[in-house]
Amino acid sequence: MPKIKIPTPLRQYTGGNAELEVGGQTAGETLGNLAAEYPDLRQHLYTGDGRLRSFVNVYVGDEDIRYLDGPDTEVSGNEELSIIPSIAGGRSR
Amino acid sequence: MQTRQPLVQSSNGAPQLSNEEIARYSRHLIMPEVALDGQKKLKQARVLTIGAGGLGSPLALYLAAAGVGTLGIVDFDVVDESNLQRQIIHGTSDLGRPKMESARDRINDINPNVRVETYEEPLSSENAMEIFKDFGIVVDGTDNFPTRYLVNDACVLSGKPNVYGSIFRFEGQASVFYAEEGPCYRCLYPEPPPPGLVPSCAEGGVLGILPGAIGTIQATETVKLILGIGEPLIGRLLLYDALGMRFREMKLRKDPNCPVCGENPTVTKLIDYQEFCGIPQAKAQAEDEVPEITVKELKEKLENGEGISVLDVREPHEYEVANIGARLIPLGELPERLVELDRDTPLAIHCKTGGRSASAVKLLQDAGFENAFNVKGGITAWSEEIDPSVPKY
Repeated sequence: MPKIKIPTPLRQYTGGNAELEVGGQTAGETLGNLAAEYPDLRQHLYTGDGRLRSFVNVYVGDEDIRYLDGPDTEVSGNEELSIIPSIAGGRSR
Repeated sequence: MQTRQPLVQSSNGAPQLSNEEIARYSRHLIMPEVALDGQKKLKQARVLTIGAGGLGSPLALYLAAAGVGTLGIVDFDVVDESNLQRQIIHGTSDLGRPKMESARDRINDINPNVRVETYEEPLSSENAMEIFKDFGIVVDGTDNFPTRYLVNDACVLSGKPNVYGSIFRFEGQASVFYAEEGPCYRCLYPEPPPPGLVPSCAEGGVLGILPGAIGTIQATETVKLILGIGEPLIGRLLLYDALGMRFREMKLRKDPNCPVCGENPTVTKLIDYQEFCGIPQAKAQAEDEVPEITVKELKEKLENGEGISVLDVREPHEYEVANIGARLIPLGELPERLVELDRDTPLAIHCKTGGRSASAVKLLQDAGFENAFNVKGGITAWSEEIDPSVPKY
């Protein structure tokens, strides 16, 4: 099963897990299964009409799925999916 | 030795090094990758850092020590106790001073050869191009999305590299966005998250050492760009996980449809970045929808025995740091614990500064509670205005 790396800001919605194994043949299917398992995560990954949010990037290995086949990008057994959201911190007051 | 064109301001002329400088930079001068020529480039360089905070601190300290000739710093903040856990350019004796002043003093102490140019004003669409104009490299150490997009766009429009770093809790990101040679920040993230969806460091916290690691990476990239050595982080996003102690790297591509650096750009001058990030809309919406109570009103009601109960929706570890004796139900547990609340008694809900409690009020309204109020400014306001014995964190 593909492994998904969960970034710090989203771990509060995955029971604190930093890495999860979720079934799926494609990146989209795997993420969908993840969101089904952790419903609170859904609104952080998808817009109201079910598209991936534009400030959440998904990588298979080190490639952005936008430059592969998008959500249809195939994920084989041991591939690692990473969710990389934008974070703004630096000069916090 | 050089792998690329060095990024120095030719207008500065070729500087000479004094004997004092030669002694000071000895460990650079004996490395062929830097040597006398490189040290002169560093002296010639003009680097602008946005923010003298978590990332800006290590960045400015190391660039000053390394001998970068001119450091511009944009910051308008004042040193506060909660800064000292990570903003190592400021000290305890600087509390209450403008960050600009304490940063300048510290840099002058480390290396009096560095010229510090200070801009004690918020970076804005009105002043950014003018400030950026005289600098060769811009280093982004800001803490909010509007300024990140502003820095990016101003860098693209003025053709300068943006040495990027960002941190949250135990995790950091770094890259070099240089549209002349690769992708920009908008190629990576075309749009910002809606306000409130991604917590800031002030809300989510940050390991004090983390900006040290990421700021030092930004300083390294800056020096490499000046010297024209090595492989810059252009087109690569470096991810650092302090807990797992792992570095990972993602490939970044230039987006041909990027609105600012793509083939047919639609953003050709700076825009209103607060608007772009949805800040005014979110504010208006929050003010519209949630009934509020000030800490003063709450205190009066409590004293007059007006039958109002107080609910704290922060996390238990925050409650341990500071509380006003209110009942604690963390926001995440609230939906399942509504039965514990009395629908007939007015309820004042507070968190740290008012964000999470506004969500809680909304949640309660949706569940049919008619008497729920958001405590404006949260426990922080309570500490400032009502009871200073409650610690502010």
